[in-house]
Amino acid sequence: MAYLEGVNLVAAYGVVPILHECSVEVEKGELAVIVGPNGAGKSTVMRVLLGMLEATSGSVTLEGKDISRLSTQERISLGLAFVPQNKNVFPSMTVEENLEMGAFLRTDDIKKTMEEVYNLFPILYEKRRQLAEELSGGQRQQVAFGRAMMTQPSVMLLDEPTAGVSPIVMDEIFSNILDVRDAGMAVLMVEQNAQQALNIADKGYVLVSGRNEHTGTGRELINDPEVRKKFLGG
Amino acid sequence: MSDSIDIINAFALMTNFVIIPAISYGSQLALGALAVTLVYSVLRFSNFAQGDSMAFGTMIVILLTGFMINQGWIISGIPTALLVIPIAIIGTAIYLLSMDRLVYKFYRTRVKPKTITFCIASIGVMFVTGGLVRFIIGPRPQTFADGERFIFSVREFKAFTGLEQGIALKTSQFLTITIAILLVAFVFYFLQKTKTGKAMRAYSDNEELALLSGINPDKVVQVTWLLVAALTTIAGALYGLDKGFSPQQYHLLLLPIFASVIVGGIGSPLGAIAGAFLISFSEVLLTYAYKKFLIYLLPLSMHPNSLVQLIGTEYKYAISFVILVIVLLIRPTGIFKGKVLHDYG
Repeated sequence: MAYLEGVNLVAAYGVVPILHECSVEVEKGELAVIVGPNGAGKSTVMRVLLGMLEATSGSVTLEGKDISRLSTQERISLGLAFVPQNKNVFPSMTVEENLEMGAFLRTDDIKKTMEEVYNLFPILYEKRRQLAEELSGGQRQQVAFGRAMMTQPSVMLLDEPTAGVSPIVMDEIFSNILDVRDAGMAVLMVEQNAQQALNIADKGYVLVSGRNEHTGTGRELINDPEVRKKFLGG
Repeated sequence: MSDSIDIINAFALMTNFVIIPAISYGSQLALGALAVTLVYSVLRFSNFAQGDSMAFGTMIVILLTGFMINQGWIISGIPTALLVIPIAIIGTAIYLLSMDRLVYKFYRTRVKPKTITFCIASIGVMFVTGGLVRFIIGPRPQTFADGERFIFSVREFKAFTGLEQGIALKTSQFLTITIAILLVAFVFYFLQKTKTGKAMRAYSDNEELALLSGINPDKVVQVTWLLVAALTTIAGALYGLDKGFSPQQYHLLLLPIFASVIVGGIGSPLGAIAGAFLISFSEVLLTYAYKKFLIYLLPLSMHPNSLVQLIGTEYKYAISFVILVIVLLIRPTGIFKGKVLHDYG
């Protein structure tokens, strides 16, 4: 059994069905990527895993324990962290306060984790007293990532972390994600830049209309002619 | 009265009848406006029940004050109201939290609640609260100030300075200004430096991300109502000590308070305070009769015959609205760049 598993998830927004028995899983120290066309339900998978949307059937397990009935907050306290695609910082708070809020549930000393975040993103240390709304898109993305790291999670869920950033910043963000994975975290990421994401992924899911269309290692999917033709532009 | 120009006496007159009353009234409005701002930022609606909640808090203060005086539990020189404020805050907090549980929570826990729903619900709470206050304490005006009336009186001031015009500082004015400064300082410290205060700001900034950070929304809402209860009760008690209490008067206070919030910049605590003083000074300056003031400053030949009062005091609430309209036309975000009104929806 994998560290975090979503099995046969079925979910709907009101009466509109989004997910049809969709399954994903990720191990510690592994990077899993979910790709697929718009409206395939990629972000919905994350919302269900986090308990922000209730699944009508299927289960979510963490370390083999069923967490399907737990609230978002309880799942956060068990080690899940989420970086939403947009609105992922507290705009009128400083960079440092954003990080502090990430560590809200912790009662131990957070200085060390904060140092780690600053080591990963030195620019954030320089701008720690600035308001998040004054930062560039890429820097904001780093704040969002840093905030999630402050909970010291065992699983990191990322919703399109490279949306709207330049290619250079995208490479930087991907390299940060690999660092986090190598440190032993389980990372599950939804990505629009399918080619680049699958390149670095240990495992990939191609989602179409809320169903698992293709599953395999990143390399397998990139080399699969059907996936190439349909989703990677030939 | 002298016929030469007399700047010092003119200034003393201004201080006594304009500056001190306006600062005092502005402080009372500021506390109310701060409460409205907190509700707006955290619970995301304009609380129409603010004026009547202040009446509720003040009602408890009055009832407790009466009880204390009856029992002879007073400290000479100090308004008894001051001693009972902490208990009144607890009472108001219980009332506001119950209203939240009974009314607002019902809408909050629905999917995608609309701001306007809460606004209308708060109008309902406003009428219920106002009715409750009239039912318990009656609709008539009341005064409940005891203790020393003046820090220094006009007579004492005249004797001390030898000026023709005296300046008086009422105990209620002195208390208003001192307590307002302390309370505002506390609220700002709380929001900026404490973990709970920061969590409130985070929740106000981005509700979903606050949830994802493990911030408990129920607790944020409760702490907000506690702060609102403190601000509301103290603002109401200070206003009542200064000008007397009547349910209708407090109900109408909602107008200058809302004007303060919008003029200052919706959602900005600093703006609410600035807006409150802008409104209070405008009200007092525009309704003051300048005859005596001008007699001090102008040569005999130019002395005015009329009262030189720009607007009658009965129109003082209109002033808030005129300022409101001007601000919304020229700078819809308010002085401190708050949210624009149509962000409400």
